[in-house]
Amino acid sequence: MSRKTLTRRQFVAATAMSSAALITAPYVRGAYAAGKLSIGFWDHWVPGANDASTALVKEWGEREKVEVSIDYITSNNKKIELTAAAEAQAKSGHDILQMPSWWPHAYSENLEPLNDVMEPLIKQNGEVNDTVKYLGRSGGKWLAVPATPGSQIKGPCSRIDLMKKHAGIDVQEMYPAGGPPKADNWTMETFLKAAEACHKAGFPFGIGLGETTDSVDTAGAIFQSFGAELVNAKGDITVKTDAVRQALEFYKKLIAVLPTDAPSWDDASNNKWLISGRGAMILNPPSAWAVAKRDAPQVAEQCWTHGFPSGPKGRFAPFLPYFWGVWAFGKNKEAAKSLLVHLSSPAAIEKFVAASGGYDLPAYANMTKFKTWAEEGPPKGTLFHYPDPYKQQTMSIAASPAPPKIAQQIYFQATLTKMALRFAQGEKLETALTWAEGECEGFMRT
Amino acid sequence: MADVVVEQGRLARAARPRKRASLRNAMGRKSTVAFFLTLPLILLIALLVLYPAFYSVYLATLNKAMTKFVGLSNFTFLFKRETFWMVVRQSCIFAVTAVVFKALIGFIVAHFVHNIPGKKQRKWRGMLLVPWVIPPAMSTLAWLWLFDPSYSAFNYTLSFFGIGPIPWLGDTFWARFSVILVNVWYGAPFFLIMYLAALKSVPDQLYEAAAIDGANWWQKIWHITLPMMRNIIAITTLFSLIVTFANFDIVRILTSGGPLDRTHLFATWAFQVGIQSSDIPLGACVSLFMVPILAVAAVFILRDVNKRGNEA
Repeated sequence: MSRKTLTRRQFVAATAMSSAALITAPYVRGAYAAGKLSIGFWDHWVPGANDASTALVKEWGEREKVEVSIDYITSNNKKIELTAAAEAQAKSGHDILQMPSWWPHAYSENLEPLNDVMEPLIKQNGEVNDTVKYLGRSGGKWLAVPATPGSQIKGPCSRIDLMKKHAGIDVQEMYPAGGPPKADNWTMETFLKAAEACHKAGFPFGIGLGETTDSVDTAGAIFQSFGAELVNAKGDITVKTDAVRQALEFYKKLIAVLPTDAPSWDDASNNKWLISGRGAMILNPPSAWAVAKRDAPQVAEQCWTHGFPSGPKGRFAPFLPYFWGVWAFGKNKEAAKSLLVHLSSPAAIEKFVAASGGYDLPAYANMTKFKTWAEEGPPKGTLFHYPDPYKQQTMSIAASPAPPKIAQQIYFQATLTKMALRFAQGEKLETALTWAEGECEGFMRT
Repeated sequence: MADVVVEQGRLARAARPRKRASLRNAMGRKSTVAFFLTLPLILLIALLVLYPAFYSVYLATLNKAMTKFVGLSNFTFLFKRETFWMVVRQSCIFAVTAVVFKALIGFIVAHFVHNIPGKKQRKWRGMLLVPWVIPPAMSTLAWLWLFDPSYSAFNYTLSFFGIGPIPWLGDTFWARFSVILVNVWYGAPFFLIMYLAALKSVPDQLYEAAAIDGANWWQKIWHITLPMMRNIIAITTLFSLIVTFANFDIVRILTSGGPLDRTHLFATWAFQVGIQSSDIPLGACVSLFMVPILAVAAVFILRDVNKRGNEA
C-alpha cells in the first residue's frame, strides 16, 4: 500500500489556486440567497383580495431571491393589536406587520424608521394626506408606510330613492359619476334636516353611538367640522369651548332622530341597517354596499357613496388608514423595506384597489382616479366619489390633533360618543363636559 | 472526648440505612406517587398561570411607555379614576347577582331532576347541561342575535303582546340585565350538576326520620338538605364567583362594555385600557385588582368550609 505525501510546495500551490478560483469565479446566488422574510398582513374580508397581496409578494420574492412567508391575521376581536403587543413585548415575530391606524405611534420605539422608503414613495405617488402624516410620522421620522389594503373612508352611503323621496336630495346629482361634486349646499344643517325627514318617514339614518370605530369615526368628523377638539395639538385640554358645545348641541338633535338602539351598535350594525332596507343612509366604507350586492341586490342598486357634509369649519371625512411597519428587531430589515417599496408602486396599488372591488384606498394624492371606482356598480359610478377624487374633503381621524398617544385613548375610550350620548340622554351640558375633561386628564398619563 | 467521637461515628453509620429506608417509604407513599403524577400539571400551571401572573405584577409597576419602574403609582392613579370605581361596582353587582341566581336556579332544578325517575333523569341531565357544554363565545353570539332590537326573536315575540321594542343592549338597565341573564343561563347547569351530586349523597333515612317526625318540605330542606349540602354550596359558590368575576367573553361579545361603560367588568375594561388603548401597565393593574377582592371572598368562604369540617 503506497501513501502519497503532500509537500509544502504542493500545499501552498493548491491553496493559492483554490483561493484564486473562489475570488475570480462569478457570484452565483442560490434560490433564497437574500434570506427569509416573515410578514403579518391584515386578513382582508373581501374574498380573493388576499390573493393580490400573495401574488405581489411572491413576484418580489422570486425577483429578489428572498424566501417569504405570509400570515393573514384577522382584525376580528383585535387579533392584529394582540399580535403587535405580543411581538413588541417578545422583541420577536414578523419582519413586517400590518398595523391599524394608531399602532405606529403606540410602538414607535420598536419600529424601524422608514424615511428612506417614504420619501421616494411620496415623490413617486404624490403627497400623503395630513392624517397619514399625523398617524405615521413622529418628529420627522416615518414610523410606518401607509398600506393600501384596509385603508378606508367612512363617508355617507345613501339610498338614492329614499333620500330623493323623503329628504328631497338627489345624491347622484350632488355627486355625479365622472364629474366634480356640486355639494355646496351639502352642509351639517342639510344633513340634519334630511335625517329628521327620513326618521319621520320611517327610514332613520343608521349612525351608531357605541364604542366601536364606526361610531367614533363619525363623531370625530362631525366634531372636527365644528372645530371641536377635546385636546389640542399641544396637549392642552380644550373640552370647555364653544366649538365643543356647538358640536354637542348638534349631536343632541341628531341623536333624537337615530334608531333607539344606536347606543349599542357595533361596526356590523350600520351595515345590517342599510342591507335590511330600513335606513336611508349610513356612514361606512362600501363594504355594506358590497354585501348588499350579494344579499339584497335591490338595496345595492339604490346605494350611492359620496362626500361628508360640511360644517362651520370645513368638510371632514373620517379616514382610517392601515400601515405596514418594520420591527426594529426584525432580522431582514433591508429586504422588508424593499418589499414595501414594491407593494407601494402604482401598479401594485392599482391591483390592491381592483382586488378589493374599490374598498381599499391608497393614501397618495395621485392615486384617487383608478377605473375600478369609476366602473364599479350597480349603479355604475356608485364608488366614483369614494376616494374623494376632487379633494373636497379634509381626511381626518377622530380625536386628532391631540398628540397621538393621548388621542388614541380618547378614540378607544369613545369619549366623543359617550359625551354626546350623556348630553342627549338628559345630563346637563356642563356636567357632560366636566366628565369628558376628567377623562382627558386621565389620558395625559405618560 | 474520644468516646463521643466513636459514639458519633456509630450514630452516623446507623443513620444511613434508616435514611434509605425512609426514602423508600416516602417513594412508596400514596401521596408521593400522587405528587409525581400531578407534577406535569403543576409544571403546566406554573408555566401558564404563575409565570403570567408574576409577569403582570411586573408590568403593573411600569410606566405607560414601559420604560421605567414606577412602583405603585399606576394603582394610585386608578384610585382617582371615576370609571375604575364604576367598574369595581359593576363587577361586584354582576358577579354577586349572577352567582345568586345561578345557585338558586341550580338548587331548584336539581331538586326537580332528582325527583325524576331513573332513565328519564339521564336524558334531562344531559339536556340541562347543554348550555354549559357549548363554548360561551359561540352561544353568546346566538344571544346577541336574540337581543338584536330590530330583527330579533325576542322583540318580535313581544310585539304580539304590544310590548317593546326593548333596546336590550342599548339601554343601561337592559344591557346589565342581558349580560347577567346570559351568564346565569350559561352557569346554572354547573350548579345543577354539583347540587344533584350532593343531593344524591344525602341518606334517605334522614328524610324518612324527618317524615315520621312530621316535618314538612320546607323543614326537610332547611334542617336536612341544606346542612348536608353546605360544603358543596360553599365551594361551588366560590368557584363560580371567581369565574364570574373574571368573565370576559359574554360582555365583550354582547356589549363591549357599553352603553356608556355601564357593563364593563374588570377583564373587559382591562382589555380596553391595556390592548385597545396601548396602556399595558394600566391594563395589568386593572386585572390585578380582582386578586384582593377574590382572595377576601375565598378566605371567608373556605374558612366556613373548614369550620364545618371540624364540627363534623
